[in-house]
Amino acid sequence: MRASLQLSEAGLRVAVLSKVFPTRSHTVAAQGGIGASLGNMAADNWHWHMYDTIKGSDWLGDQDAIEYMCKMAPQVVYELEHFGMPFDRNPDGTIYQRPFGGHMANFGETPVQRACAAADRTGHAMLHTLYQRNVRANTQFFVEWMALDLVRDAEGDVVGVVAYEMETGAVMILHAKATVLATGGAGRIFAASTNAFINTGDGLGMAARAGIPLEDLEFWQFHPTGVAGAGVLITEGVRGEGGILLNSAGERFMERYAPNAKDLASRDVVSRAMDQEIKEGRGCGPEKDHVLLKLDHLGPDVILKRLPSIREIAIKFANVDPIKEPIPVVPTIHYQMGGVPTNVHGQVVAPKAGNPNSVVEGLYAVGECACVSVHGANRLGTNSLLDLLVFGRACGNFIVDQNLRARGQRSLPADAGDLSRSRLARIDGATSGESVPEVAQQLRRVMTHHCGVYRNQQLLGEGVAKVMEIEQRVARMSITDKSRVFNTARVEALELDNLIEVAKATVVSAEARQESRGAQARSDYPERDDANWLKHTLWYRDGNRLDYKPVNLKPLSVDAFPPKARSY
Amino acid sequence: MKFRIYRYNPEQDAAPHYQDYDVALEPTDRMLLDALMRLRQQDDTLSFRKSCREGVCGSDAMNINGKNGLACITNLNDVKEPVELRPLPGLPVIRDLIVDMSQFFKQYHSIKPYLVNDTPAPEKERLQSPEDREELDGLYECILCACCSTACPSFWWNPDKFVGPAGLLAAYRFIADSRDLSTSARLDNLEDPYRLFRCHSIMNCVDVCPKNLNPTKAIGKIKDIMVKRAV
Repeated sequence: MRASLQLSEAGLRVAVLSKVFPTRSHTVAAQGGIGASLGNMAADNWHWHMYDTIKGSDWLGDQDAIEYMCKMAPQVVYELEHFGMPFDRNPDGTIYQRPFGGHMANFGETPVQRACAAADRTGHAMLHTLYQRNVRANTQFFVEWMALDLVRDAEGDVVGVVAYEMETGAVMILHAKATVLATGGAGRIFAASTNAFINTGDGLGMAARAGIPLEDLEFWQFHPTGVAGAGVLITEGVRGEGGILLNSAGERFMERYAPNAKDLASRDVVSRAMDQEIKEGRGCGPEKDHVLLKLDHLGPDVILKRLPSIREIAIKFANVDPIKEPIPVVPTIHYQMGGVPTNVHGQVVAPKAGNPNSVVEGLYAVGECACVSVHGANRLGTNSLLDLLVFGRACGNFIVDQNLRARGQRSLPADAGDLSRSRLARIDGATSGESVPEVAQQLRRVMTHHCGVYRNQQLLGEGVAKVMEIEQRVARMSITDKSRVFNTARVEALELDNLIEVAKATVVSAEARQESRGAQARSDYPERDDANWLKHTLWYRDGNRLDYKPVNLKPLSVDAFPPKARSY
Repeated sequence: MKFRIYRYNPEQDAAPHYQDYDVALEPTDRMLLDALMRLRQQDDTLSFRKSCREGVCGSDAMNINGKNGLACITNLNDVKEPVELRPLPGLPVIRDLIVDMSQFFKQYHSIKPYLVNDTPAPEKERLQSPEDREELDGLYECILCACCSTACPSFWWNPDKFVGPAGLLAAYRFIADSRDLSTSARLDNLEDPYRLFRCHSIMNCVDVCPKNLNPTKAIGKIKDIMVKRAV
């Protein structure tokens, strides 16, 4: 919606397709904040933010894109405030900023308050504000339309999408001069996930089927604090406000793993520490399968003012009132660092004729579905909302500058709708076969078991084999419901086609990468290996093939941050 | 667990009917939405909306044992069997538990749900005191689930003319925002026998709001400002 806003305000004809009403997209569930070096609480600057992001990424992030994002951050936050975003405020009337994991001043020295927050509902406030601003700009929404496949012409240019209207079951082609994927992540390939049901990687599936590679899909962020058993997110802002993690001995164990940043170390670091505590028998509860997030010492005032939704979630999903008791938490799948490869304008890029970043004309991607790559091997908390603001805006502006009005419309190829039609025919034609919910559940189990916090060759090798078996089952799936009107069984079958592509990309890329970096922790290769693996993975659906491309270590204007050891 | 669910598929059914289900739950099934997902494994023809499963996206509003609520934050221990599920009342049913929300959103859009401030934007943020910001608490958190408006008899009778509690809560969210400069136009837009004044403060909206918001209070404040401006 940040991209569509630029397009609508420039007077272009925009159609925003969304599987759900726009304020129901998963951005709504983001809690903690938006990272931007406003310096409202203490001195801060974008260069420090840039360093934190690169260090957080374990040096896999592209430094040009990271510089651009961190430099633009204050401006996009101010714009959002001007749009009406209800940020919390300081006594002087400026935007309130809270501490967050990995946010440091002076190139990693001491914590700094950088996360611009609206209580613990920042994503909700932001998504509604962006929708509201799009209403003002008369953006046209196609609500409850699911995009099925990209349409590429003979030159490989993208000229639109095939889409499915849920209410009627109609399949339509939307012919467009520019197509922007903003379809979010695919966290639903895992069983324990903070993600919404709709996060099925539809844009990634579409890209993969259209022959476009997927980048760095082995990197999946475990959020340290998902409610044990339920998976619902508890924001890092809890630890930002002073909450701490405890093991069964009541020990604040993060002091051992990250003596400086402690509970506010990077998410991959905290998640691994929790996993290790649990594996070594210091987990809590009868099954010793979780740790505790203690925040009662913050007092009811802070909890009710800054973390009201967290209290609601804890009461509803964990039966505890955090004003009195700690919340049981476990590392839970949260964010996909990889995605459809793009440049800083949001243009989708793929290797062609020796150029690793050749532009796929007509196609753009922004947000979690894209890999620009600002998150590298591990995303810094609050950089996801920032990513979609900065690159949504940049992508919109870039498209406006293309002066599309003056350009003719490329014609649709004769076979434009064939792939989607054949997928639907397969699903509707099968009178018996595999049950969609069962196959999806099996996929999530396999991914959770074989692609967890710690991975190794044996787990990943078996994982690849099992996922490939599940792919055969996906090919045989069938649904009972054959009706046209709001057939949610058919939608879930179409989503499973996308989930399986992301799962294959993930497990195949993870098996190949023989090192530990950011969110990919290999117990058989415990060290980062810059000599061999300081490079981006590219997975192609065709033949399950892998390719690699270099990381951009050259920022736009400042000196590069060369890789070094990473400690918090 | 026993369920009695409103079914209607316009392609097959001449009229809506109820269908009874008995669902074997797993120990991890905690919320009504978990039970519905379990149920769909035995019958994939049952249609309902869902997404975040934590009460923040507003997709899975339905009428649960006679009261509107969100399936994903309704604890199974708190509902009486057989659990009777119906679509939100007062809106056209598309299929099963899925209603056509066009009228609801039309009313939301009618209050111009965006900040209006045409003064040149400063280089940084517009300043707002913590006290002024607090005025927005209890207003901006709305998730547009429509539980409130579809529990309101005034909205049932006049969905085309009465803005309804959700829309009016949003209207007051902008009136109350110290940065918004269009209060007078917003009030003009509501000064009408139907748009605002069909609210008779019966507080059904407050009773059902899954986010514990209070549209009646917000509507009362709009009425107060309206009266003050008249004298």
